[in-house]
Amino acid sequence: MSDISLSESEATKPQKTRLQIALRKPGFLIGVAIIGFSSLLAIAPGLFAPYDPNFIDYNAVRQPPSWAHPFGTDMLGRDSLSRVISAYTVNMQMALLATIFALIIGVTVGALVGYYRGVADMIFGRFVDAIITFPFLVLVIAVVAVLGPGLINMYIAITMVGWVYYARLMRAEVIAQMGNDYSAAGVVMGYSDRRIIFRHLLPNAITPVIVYWMTDMALAILLGSSLGYLGLGAQPPQAEWGVLIAEGRNFITTAWWLSLMPGVAIVLTGLGFSLMGDGLADLLRPRG
Amino acid sequence: MNEPVMTIENLGLEFPLGRTLYDVVQRRPGRVVNALNGVSLQLNKGETLGVVGESGCGKSTLARCIVRLYEPQHGQIHYHGQDIFEAEAKKDRSYNRRVQMMFQDPYSSLNPRMTTGQILSEALRVHDMRPANEIPARVAELLDLVRLPQDAADKLPHEFSGGQRQRIAIARSLAVEPEVLIADELVSALDVSVQAQVVNLLLELQERLNLTILFVAHDLRLVRHVSNRVAVIYLGRIVEIGDSETLFSRPSHPYSQALLSAAPSLDPDDKGKAIRLEGELPSPLNVPSGCPFHVRCRHATELCKREVPALLPRDGRGEVACHHVEELN
Amino acid sequence: MIDQKPILEVSNLCTTFRRGGVDLPAVRDVSFSVGQGEVLGLVGESGSGKSVTLRSILGLSRRYGDVTGEVRWLGQDIASMPERKLRHIRGREIAMIFQEPMTSLNPLLTVGMQLTETLKAHTDLNRAARRDRAIEMLDHVGIPSAASRLGEFPHQFSGGMRQRVMIAIALAASPKLLLADEPTTALDVTIQAQILDLILSLADEMQMGVILVTHDLGVVAQTCENVAVMYAGRVVEQGAVRQVLGAPRHPYTVGLMRSVPQNVPPRTQLYSVPGTPPSLEALPVGCAFASRCQNRTERCLTARPTLDAITDDRRVACFNPVAAEKAGAA
Repeated sequence: MSDISLSESEATKPQKTRLQIALRKPGFLIGVAIIGFSSLLAIAPGLFAPYDPNFIDYNAVRQPPSWAHPFGTDMLGRDSLSRVISAYTVNMQMALLATIFALIIGVTVGALVGYYRGVADMIFGRFVDAIITFPFLVLVIAVVAVLGPGLINMYIAITMVGWVYYARLMRAEVIAQMGNDYSAAGVVMGYSDRRIIFRHLLPNAITPVIVYWMTDMALAILLGSSLGYLGLGAQPPQAEWGVLIAEGRNFITTAWWLSLMPGVAIVLTGLGFSLMGDGLADLLRPRG
Repeated sequence: MNEPVMTIENLGLEFPLGRTLYDVVQRRPGRVVNALNGVSLQLNKGETLGVVGESGCGKSTLARCIVRLYEPQHGQIHYHGQDIFEAEAKKDRSYNRRVQMMFQDPYSSLNPRMTTGQILSEALRVHDMRPANEIPARVAELLDLVRLPQDAADKLPHEFSGGQRQRIAIARSLAVEPEVLIADELVSALDVSVQAQVVNLLLELQERLNLTILFVAHDLRLVRHVSNRVAVIYLGRIVEIGDSETLFSRPSHPYSQALLSAAPSLDPDDKGKAIRLEGELPSPLNVPSGCPFHVRCRHATELCKREVPALLPRDGRGEVACHHVEELN
Repeated sequence: MIDQKPILEVSNLCTTFRRGGVDLPAVRDVSFSVGQGEVLGLVGESGSGKSVTLRSILGLSRRYGDVTGEVRWLGQDIASMPERKLRHIRGREIAMIFQEPMTSLNPLLTVGMQLTETLKAHTDLNRAARRDRAIEMLDHVGIPSAASRLGEFPHQFSGGMRQRVMIAIALAASPKLLLADEPTTALDVTIQAQILDLILSLADEMQMGVILVTHDLGVVAQTCENVAVMYAGRVVEQGAVRQVLGAPRHPYTVGLMRSVPQNVPPRTQLYSVPGTPPSLEALPVGCAFASRCQNRTERCLTARPTLDAITDDRRVACFNPVAAEKAGAA
């Protein structure tokens, strides 16, 4: 009995302190706040936007920021603030939809090739080498060019290229985890491969992937708006940050607010994801 | 007592290192690590067979072959007459249930994200050891069996000390009610005082549950303490095997003699009595010809350099693989 | 056996680490001395403070924690010596070897470069002389064909050979004291025996003092003249090896000795010390061993026994030491 009594006091402590440590970091708190608020804007833009984002008013074209229009108005007299807010829906959707399938596919493939190695792993290795030699953006643009522009096609394109990065990370992490005897213990216990991979290895291997996912969501917004800017992603009149920046491009010297405000939104959301990812890394790391 | 549970015959395992560019240029095959070379032994019901040797001698490889973590290229392992590497047998998960292994590193052999209760109930569920509603009670019983308090069930591995983790590993193995336990350096990572606790537990459980144990370790005093019989392995070969007390008090093979006398005695008066071996353990990449021990052996002759000695029985002294065993003893 | 005037005198050494706002008393009131050519064993289980004690002597702990007490090296206090001056003593007068010969050598430099680097730092030898001395050192520690192996990298050496190289590097500047932190723990028994023999013969030859940190009582019995047994940061028993191991007086030493399966009937229950050592964060007010001790009395829980001399050079920190005859029988 005395064996255990020493760790008694620790029993309830660890979980709490870990969350406390994470919450004590202002970066993580700011990140969570930004992403939380961004998600709220994305779900219910109508609650926050002062005007209808598509309401055209030819009497108020390209007005500078004022109390009535804090971010000014665009070349059609639409309220810039309302357009930036309503773009949250599509841009936050991008962060999720362009990455979630890549995450799921990548984690599964990475875990499987990492566990089984062999021929599948060799083929995977060559494939990764091939994909990674190309710049990410160029590949995505090539896929969009084949599929045609539009949001759905853009998600498909980013997923087709993006899962490779998740898979590579997951594979390496699974192989590292297999160095621990608990996976050999699973084999010796007669557990099925599926159980060992998904119940034992995956939960221990996934932390760096989740952290990467956070950064990747920021990158997805950046990439999505780049494609929108180039006319390959969201199509006008849809309010999307890249599209908004592109619309303001012609008036950059006279109506600078048109391009600046959506740019600020991109930077802010990206920062939110990065800060949150940092904090998550501490939160998810297993103890001991 | 002498009813065989497992017979291992002529087991051989090589790990290929892959052909390097240099090998290709030289037109020669890639190098291989000779981990096991013609190992034969028999594990009897209810006994503890100790396996000793220096690091890299193949003792852990042998343990891992027995639980099918490695598949040997040569030889066979029969469990109650059934070849365990036969295609049909490999699908049979009940073998994994009957023959369990426990690992050296108590910090890596438990999934850090599962509580003790989850670890134990998983084993019970996968092998249908108990109906679902009896699992919590069985978990409690298992904790009792390895002398862990009941509240241990809700804790994660990092909340335990090394000795306690090894108890959890033992409980996990016992959950599936095995016949054979393979203990690979089970207590090597633990402090002396904790080592004694775990060894005591193991001996007690063996008695109670009629377990057959293969005890792999480098600590000779421990092996001597727990084993009925002992096998000494050198570079993938058994050089001596026999009754534990006889082997430890009167070892026959020159390597066994040197190994035993190298273990530092607690008695300061034994200072300087030990036989000192010259040289290092040769690399398993490059096993010497003939008797693998001849390069370090003081008694080696031309014959030893040429021919591998066979493992032959000596009157009442187990089996020894040495050309000159009769003259030396 | 002990030289009349010690070369190293440690008195009341305390090392405290801070972790997460909590003070960890890793070493408390440790005092001992080492004479010329003397081999002292510091023995204890993991977390007993034996390695921290060793590191504190050379000032390696003060970067991470608070070190108080006195470390007198040839008469001068080096515990409070500034880092810059201490550097002249480290490596030159006091050398250290570690447990892991794999990681304490730089994998990117040849063995010869690492040896001559030490010689360059601590001697006035010129280039050619350094090379000669390096070969001589490798030869001395029993590395065959030393000259040709100078150009090899650490990974080309086996574990035992790497430890020999470490010893060669440590002894290159002919130190007067060698601090050895579990030098043979990672090695096989036959190699361990070789390395311990080597350390002993070099100590004898160079009249060098050695402090050997180990968890293995057998190693202590076979190599040391004197021993200090540590538990939870304190020395609990100290004296000549023959006496301490032959007739231990502290219940912890008795427990350690009896846990080792030597001269016990096989397959019987071993004596074992119940429980585990206390964590440094939550040390009890009284004796740290009290909760595991069979001789415990009320007093042990409230007061801490001091390390008192029971005979001339035999010290025990216990209110109820095990009787001498009884311990001898165990």
